[in-house]
Amino acid sequence: MEYARFTKDMKETHTVLVPSMLPIHFKLLKQIFKKSGFNIVVLENTGDVVREEGLAHVHNDTCYPALLVIGQMMDALKSGKYDLDHTVLAITQTGGGCRASNYLALLRKALEMEGWNERIPCLSVNFSGLEKDSEFELTLPMLIRLLYGFLYGDALMWLKNQVKPYEINKGDTDKAIDDFVDRLIQDFESGRYRNSKRIYRDMIEAMKAVPQDRTQKKIRVGVVGEIYMKYSPLGNSNLEDYLIDEGFEPVLSGVIDFGLYCLENSIIDYNYYHMHEKSHTWIAIGKDIIIRMQRTFINAVKNEGTFIPPDDFSEVIANGKGFINPGVKMGEGWLLTSEVVTLIKTGVNNIISAQPFGCLPNHIVAKGMVHKIKGEFPDANIVAIDYDPSASKVNQENRIRLMLANAKLNSTLGDI
Amino acid sequence: MKYRIGFDIGSTTIKAVVLDENNQICYKSYERHKAQVRQKTLEKIQELKDFCKEPFTFAISGSGALGLCEQADLPFIQEVFASARACRKYYPEADVAIELGGEDAKILFFRGSIEQRMNSTCAGGTGAFIDQMASLLDMSLEQMNEASLRYNRLYPIASRCGVFAKSDIQPLVNQGVDKTDLSASIFQAVVDQTITSLAQGRKIEGNLLFLGGPLYFLSGLRERFKETLHITDEHIICPETAINFVALGAALCAEEEYTYEQLEKMLNDLVHAPIKLEESRPLFIDEEEFNEFVTRHKSHDAKYCELKGYEGKAYLGIDSGSTTTKLVLLNEKNEILYDSYTSNKGNPLDVVLQELITIYETNPEIQIYGSYATGYGEELMRHAFHLDGGIVETMAHFTAAKTFNPDVDYILDIGGQDIKCFKIRDGNIDDIVLNEACSSGCGSFIETFAKSLGYDAIEFAKIGLNAKHPVDLGTRCTVFMNSGVKQAQKNGMSMEDISAGLCKSVVKNALYKVIRAKNNDIGKNIVVQGGTFQNDSVLRSFELELGRNVIRPSIAHLMGAYGAALYAKDLHHSKSSILTYEECKNFTHTSKAIACQGCNNHCSLTINTFSDGSRLVSGNKCDKMIQSKTKAIELPDLYKVKTEMLEQAKKTGCHDKKIGMPLVLNNYDLLPFWTKFFDYLGYEVVWSTPSTKEMYHDGQQSIPSDTACFPAKVVHGHIEQLMKYDVDAIFYPCMTYNVNEHQGVNHYNCPLVAYYPETISGNMDLDKVKFVYPFLSFDHIPTFIRAMVLHFDRVGIHFKERDMMKALEVAKKEYEAFHERLVEEHRKAVAFARENNYPIVVLCGRPYHLDPLINHQMNQLLTQLGFVVVSEESVPRQKEHKVNVLNQWTYHARLYQAAHYVCDNKDMNLVQLVSFGCGIDAITSDEVRDILRAGNKFYTQIKIDEIDNLGAARIRLRSLKEAIAQKEGE
Repeated sequence: MEYARFTKDMKETHTVLVPSMLPIHFKLLKQIFKKSGFNIVVLENTGDVVREEGLAHVHNDTCYPALLVIGQMMDALKSGKYDLDHTVLAITQTGGGCRASNYLALLRKALEMEGWNERIPCLSVNFSGLEKDSEFELTLPMLIRLLYGFLYGDALMWLKNQVKPYEINKGDTDKAIDDFVDRLIQDFESGRYRNSKRIYRDMIEAMKAVPQDRTQKKIRVGVVGEIYMKYSPLGNSNLEDYLIDEGFEPVLSGVIDFGLYCLENSIIDYNYYHMHEKSHTWIAIGKDIIIRMQRTFINAVKNEGTFIPPDDFSEVIANGKGFINPGVKMGEGWLLTSEVVTLIKTGVNNIISAQPFGCLPNHIVAKGMVHKIKGEFPDANIVAIDYDPSASKVNQENRIRLMLANAKLNSTLGDI
Repeated sequence: MKYRIGFDIGSTTIKAVVLDENNQICYKSYERHKAQVRQKTLEKIQELKDFCKEPFTFAISGSGALGLCEQADLPFIQEVFASARACRKYYPEADVAIELGGEDAKILFFRGSIEQRMNSTCAGGTGAFIDQMASLLDMSLEQMNEASLRYNRLYPIASRCGVFAKSDIQPLVNQGVDKTDLSASIFQAVVDQTITSLAQGRKIEGNLLFLGGPLYFLSGLRERFKETLHITDEHIICPETAINFVALGAALCAEEEYTYEQLEKMLNDLVHAPIKLEESRPLFIDEEEFNEFVTRHKSHDAKYCELKGYEGKAYLGIDSGSTTTKLVLLNEKNEILYDSYTSNKGNPLDVVLQELITIYETNPEIQIYGSYATGYGEELMRHAFHLDGGIVETMAHFTAAKTFNPDVDYILDIGGQDIKCFKIRDGNIDDIVLNEACSSGCGSFIETFAKSLGYDAIEFAKIGLNAKHPVDLGTRCTVFMNSGVKQAQKNGMSMEDISAGLCKSVVKNALYKVIRAKNNDIGKNIVVQGGTFQNDSVLRSFELELGRNVIRPSIAHLMGAYGAALYAKDLHHSKSSILTYEECKNFTHTSKAIACQGCNNHCSLTINTFSDGSRLVSGNKCDKMIQSKTKAIELPDLYKVKTEMLEQAKKTGCHDKKIGMPLVLNNYDLLPFWTKFFDYLGYEVVWSTPSTKEMYHDGQQSIPSDTACFPAKVVHGHIEQLMKYDVDAIFYPCMTYNVNEHQGVNHYNCPLVAYYPETISGNMDLDKVKFVYPFLSFDHIPTFIRAMVLHFDRVGIHFKERDMMKALEVAKKEYEAFHERLVEEHRKAVAFARENNYPIVVLCGRPYHLDPLINHQMNQLLTQLGFVVVSEESVPRQKEHKVNVLNQWTYHARLYQAAHYVCDNKDMNLVQLVSFGCGIDAITSDEVRDILRAGNKFYTQIKIDEIDNLGAARIRLRSLKEAIAQKEGE
């Protein structure tokens, strides 16, 4: 199959389409890439059309995220908004043993169906040396800016979920978040973005300034899962907002944790199979630096005292041991199990595991570990929700409702 | 304390409980509400006036009550909450409650945090399923219950879907299996369904509480649960209140005070309030649209010719289906001389015999020149009536469809219980889809419904055409639609609207649930057929749903037979060998059912003996016990060869010390390696035996994810078996990376193969054994050895690094030698095929598709059809080919290799076995298909699962054979 390559000069002439996933983060990323000369558009098209385009272009038993991501891109390309001769599609590849590594190939097959394969290049964002001819090079300054962007995105998402359930005027929190993102964009422009202590302090203040009624403590519900299903509102039918509307407080760990998980895997690969012989020490250093950067936020929240801080990633790593071997590294691997254990240890007993229907790693790391986790923590209330194009929203909501009913039941049953 | 009233309104029944001042139950009831929820609730309240003092507290629970409570603003108690409350009060010792209702099945786990699981959209395993089966057996529930207690033997019955259970049961009934055994088997199916799809790996143990109607009334069902779960009587509670339990909980929860007057008023208002159901577009907006529809379909009428007095050659086609038999007699101009469509009534032979006699008597001079049979009973027909030949259904339908539209590229056939559809690409049959797991899109449903509403099917279909506002009944299992229909009736929807609504639902189910069609997948020139499309409302609904016009021949219900007759005309040019009038008159036939004793499959065989003394045996999976004159030689089959080779490889020196290993997943590939490896270290490897159904059932309880593939789920049974053996340890390593065969960019295993040992350790009770599951990779020897030594040390088995190094070397050599021998066998098989002119099939899957329970003996089916069978792993190494997907799994790289290999060899074809739920095959199957298409080869995929459904596979493989033959003929 012939396909168009992504070349460096396209940066000047082409628009890069990015599928939606993390609403807060991607707003920041767009600006960071813009500064490096890329014209990025984060897709916002949703609805049945996206799903139908996905169904029409991807094998229907493929995981749901692939279907949605590709469906969203195909729908965008057909919308007439973009000059197809000057458009590039960006997609990530982890290079792991999960079929998610095949998204790029599936995207190219979808383009071929429309006869666009030699016209529209795809760009692979990966760290595994795949697709050498369509990779784009990250410069160090860009990488640092991206890292900060993700850290701030994680922090905002974390605080948002603790404020929005309590807001008095609907929409205040989202407004505050938008305002703060605008301010961060300016910080990235001016170079002040590295002063993270000050930024976190301001961020917490901005969140506190949202009028809230915190008299009644809401039940906290953790969300874990396959990375796309966990975060993407398009994938999980606005799960965070749904939980908030139903009177719960969602808890979602940050996406940087997934990055750290990938780094940790390289270190484990070295220990287990002597891989990455030359690079593993550098990877370990990088991991430690990022964990330390996360701690700046953790400490800021702790010291201020209003909100619950996120968990330290080194603890997350430790929490998984004893349940699952860290050698399980496909998909979300041991991270998912570790996150569940961490949530329970911090008092969040009610957990939704969002996963694409038939997701292979999740048979092991999510459904496969529930028994063991419940053996250790009998109060855990975990539900696995499968998302697929044919399962109706009602069906998923029913299962979530049932789990939430159990959550309420467990919190009130003591009175009986 | 005040009196308290609790109601529980389910899908079919209403339950009430009243608690008096002293918290004693002073009233309880259980009645069917016949979808008259509001009316019945009101009546119940009025009835209770005599039992209960005012003011009282009141609450309602149950799935049928939600809407009622919302509209009347009555206190609603969640069902789980209600049962949990009642359980805590009356049975605090209960650990698990199983509650089966009319349309739902639930499990509640009380230990730890309360957890509830319930069935989703499928009715398998519920009271409705049992009702359906009882009526199939023509027994009352009481009779069935009693009979089940006296059973001798259990038969496997699919409880997934009532219609499939029916197809499991029907042959058993025909074979004369005792109803006692059948009743017990049906109950067992419900138990299995509850355990696999509801408990999902959480063990059902401790004190068990049985709730709900079916469990309360059917002691036989409780018996099956007890036996399956190994639970004794003292741990079982089936309270007097089992059927009112949720209502009791609701009463306990009731807090809001009411008087009769208040409640009566609220409910009275509701009873008289109209309900709005969602409505949809009428089938025809106006007269004009209707007329256009009628005229358009008129143009596809078949031509007829008088049989009496006809003097030319005639050609006969018989389509013997599972429920009906179709027969068509053509003249030389393809005009129909005679046709018939008859229900089998248990004996299709009699039906055909009568029709033949009628033909002969109408035209004694008739000269039948060719006679072909097709369909489920093809072989039986051929033997019984000495027909000239048989063809596979798909070819018959395709041949028939071509006469109505030569450009046909999509054929959809909906019969009573089956849906078949296939695509035509370049004049050949390409994709074939059959309903294998769900029957909700089939016609028998409409028929049954029409009958229950007092209409005959044709009349019922006709009235739907006039519907103004077809009811939206959704796309759930048709068993559930009962209540939807009753609700619609109650709401005063007209029978027209209900009929049209049902037709719409059937069409939607067929399209979206069974075929799972993408719109552009369905071709441009569609021909629809099968009895169900005789119904104009279904036809119109289908056109509306697709948004395009389709062709329905006037003989839609006879297309198979019509195609067979056309085939006879094309292929047969001498006088037919079919029975003459006299022979028909003297025809007799007997059949006898026996259980085959050839192997532990114990196939149920039917032996038919005809008046001329010839015999036909059916129901067999293999040819082992059947002496057939036509087939003298056994064709080479690499699956069989490898099985024997593995048996040989297992035999090593005898050692006292033993390691147990499960013969599953990647171990099918690594068996020679591990056997040799441990042999060198002084251990004998005890391999688990090939999977059997019993083995799978033994491990079923601990399976955490029902949607995982069957080859993975079966591992639990293997481990259970190994735990019974006297072994020093059970060894089952996790392997992220497979053997590197340098055929792709990486050499991963799939996530399930790689990490299933983690699932085993997380879900099975391994306290009593030493379970060793290190993470290993063959890529780096020192870490491999370090991990092995360390993990065995932990269980007290000590190996020396130096010995292990040597063992690794020896074992690797053995592994490679094994593969070489396999390739050698492959070459021999290919040479044999070429010498004797047999076509070759590369039957592709994974190494573990060698397991007979997993592959359903597909290899034997192929050799029976006259193919030489080789496997993808035996294909000689090819040069590396570039593929369009990320080629990073070792086993899957072999698939791409095999596909290229097949393209290079003219006499080879590829059949891919795909296990349900295999996520990676969603990627490989598209790629393999693309490779084959580029090489101008057919792609045939066979989906396999736990359920034994060889019928569909047989049709696919026979279609492949026909297609190959046609291609060669060109």
